[in-house]
Amino acid sequence: MTPFLKFSLKHRTNGASHGGADEQSVISIRGITKDYLMGEETLHVLRGVSLDIQRGEFVSIMGPSGSGKSTLMNILGALDQPTSGEYFLDGKDISRLSSRALAQIRNRKIGFVFQNFNLLKRTTALRQVELPLIYANASDRRSKAKAALTSVGLDQRLNHLPSELSGGQQQRVAIARALVTNPAIILADEPTGNLDSRSGTEVMQIFQRLNEQDGITTIFVTHDPWIARHTKRVVMIRDGQIVADQAVARPLVAGVDQRPSEAQELQSMLQDAYGGKPEEYT
Amino acid sequence: MRIFESFRIAVRSLLLNRTRAMLTMLGIVIGVGAVVSLMSLGRGVQDYVASQFEGMGADILTVRGQSPVRGFFAVTNPLTAVDAEALATAEVAPNINQIAADYTVQGTAVDGYSSVSATVRGVTGNYFAVYDWMPQSGSIFTQQDIDSQTQIALLGTTVVEDLFGDATFDPTGRTLLINGLAFVVVGVMEERTARLSDPNGEILVPISTAQTRLANARIAGEGYRLSTIYAQVTDPLMMETATSEIEAYLLNKHGITDPDEADFTISSAETVAESRTAVLSTLTIFLSGIAAISLLVGGIGVMNIMLVSVSERTQEIGLRKAVGAQHSDILSQFLIESLLLSLLGGAGGIALSWGVLQIAPNVISGVTFSLSSDVILLATGVSSGIGIFFGLFPANRAAKLHPIQALRYE
Repeated sequence: MTPFLKFSLKHRTNGASHGGADEQSVISIRGITKDYLMGEETLHVLRGVSLDIQRGEFVSIMGPSGSGKSTLMNILGALDQPTSGEYFLDGKDISRLSSRALAQIRNRKIGFVFQNFNLLKRTTALRQVELPLIYANASDRRSKAKAALTSVGLDQRLNHLPSELSGGQQQRVAIARALVTNPAIILADEPTGNLDSRSGTEVMQIFQRLNEQDGITTIFVTHDPWIARHTKRVVMIRDGQIVADQAVARPLVAGVDQRPSEAQELQSMLQDAYGGKPEEYT
Repeated sequence: MRIFESFRIAVRSLLLNRTRAMLTMLGIVIGVGAVVSLMSLGRGVQDYVASQFEGMGADILTVRGQSPVRGFFAVTNPLTAVDAEALATAEVAPNINQIAADYTVQGTAVDGYSSVSATVRGVTGNYFAVYDWMPQSGSIFTQQDIDSQTQIALLGTTVVEDLFGDATFDPTGRTLLINGLAFVVVGVMEERTARLSDPNGEILVPISTAQTRLANARIAGEGYRLSTIYAQVTDPLMMETATSEIEAYLLNKHGITDPDEADFTISSAETVAESRTAVLSTLTIFLSGIAAISLLVGGIGVMNIMLVSVSERTQEIGLRKAVGAQHSDILSQFLIESLLLSLLGGAGGIALSWGVLQIAPNVISGVTFSLSSDVILLATGVSSGIGIFFGLFPANRAAKLHPIQALRYE
């Protein structure tokens, strides 16, 4: 732990001298690039992305496939490392860490929610949620896991297997698993993508409540503008660069605002939907 | 706590794929079973052979005239009565207590209509004491019998049974024709468990009778020829000294300078037992080595199934890594799984060989077999070695998976 601390402190001062890293930000990335070598050719997936996310924000990262949003999310989630650039998470530069240290960062600082839930087969909800605590060598795992499951409304489903839960409930288990270590950010990759609209709304309500009431910093990666409009800020990425970054004037409230028909949605997409006004849909 | 989690996952994985685990273990069960059974069987037979020599003349050196492979005109000097007398003196061999000797011929004993071929062993009066073999009925030969070349015989129990059709028959007083000469049976030797040859199938007569009446064993100036000289050593700790005393005397007498050219052999029960068990031990190692090939095959089976397990659980590995599992967590999870597979297989193999050893005495009678703790320890060690060796590659492949690729794996 000590060398890690020294390392990060050094970079914090460096970052400050750059005038780049914002000490208040939970996420602060500066000039992130990511190249992949495809045979002879180098593919520039990210071409210098800089972004600050403050504590308590609720951000959507949007972009078409091939835009680099998945790569950006992998880097934000400490699952991958940038080719160049700096990434300060919770004040520590993690852009040059060993895979061992990255695993620790993922464990302590980041909660993941995936489109396909990624729950362990034949494992009870309680044990699913305990999993990150095991790798954190945490004590009191059972009660922490129970508390997390209670906060997503699954206190009656502690010993259920994934096969005994609905899609929405499975995703709520996954949210509890992401929450349980008390991470700095929650990264959700298309969290409602595999859900019907009712379950999707349920899950969305949970995310909004966690953000509103508990101030949990949440980052969504999605291609669905309707989902993005439930968050407070939308970052648009295309061809490896941020092309738009805008606050949502009045975020939709899950369960209150009804999803428009497909035709209306198409209409709204053709217009500039981001930060759009609710009157458009009435 | 983390290692406990790895252990828990490994056990669960085995329980969820019970049939697959059982079949994989079967390979190890057969391999370990074969090796442990062969080692224990070999050891049982070795112990049996060694026990045959135990306590039987541990202080006796046996000297036999024997010509080593030599040139065409090789001359062998037989052992003679002169040698026996000389070795009995304190000047020549201070560490030898007493000397017994025998002279054997092949003979046919006839009683009425039944006849039997047997080794006829002419023995000195003290042969019985030195060789530790007494008659169960009748008496041993006296000096008088030896001096007067009396035609009397002591029969081994097998000879009695073959000749009279009944091992309990008392033939004392009957007259047999041995190689055409009449011998009076004076008793029956006690039954003796076999060592090199079957002594129960022998007929004992006074040595002088064998040398003069059953053969012409006279050598000018040397008295009579002897087949074997038995030297009883004063102290079992002096066996080697006594051996070199005999060797020095005979080499000198036969005019041989190079001990490798010796035309006689000196052996003790111990050296004979050693050479016999050495052959058995080589055989055991050789057969166990062949059986170990099946262990290797079993180990490859473990590796194969572990690779399947890793690829089936790629997504799970990805998730575990995403929520903070370290390289070592994933590695230990799969290593423990393969270790459990092979250790359980090893335990099954030990159980299997226990069963084999229960049945073995029905096939090889008289020998007792047991599973010794060091063989069990070895089997356990080898099983865990296989688990680690063949589990390391799959486990390492799992641990090295990149979390993103693993999560996307379908």
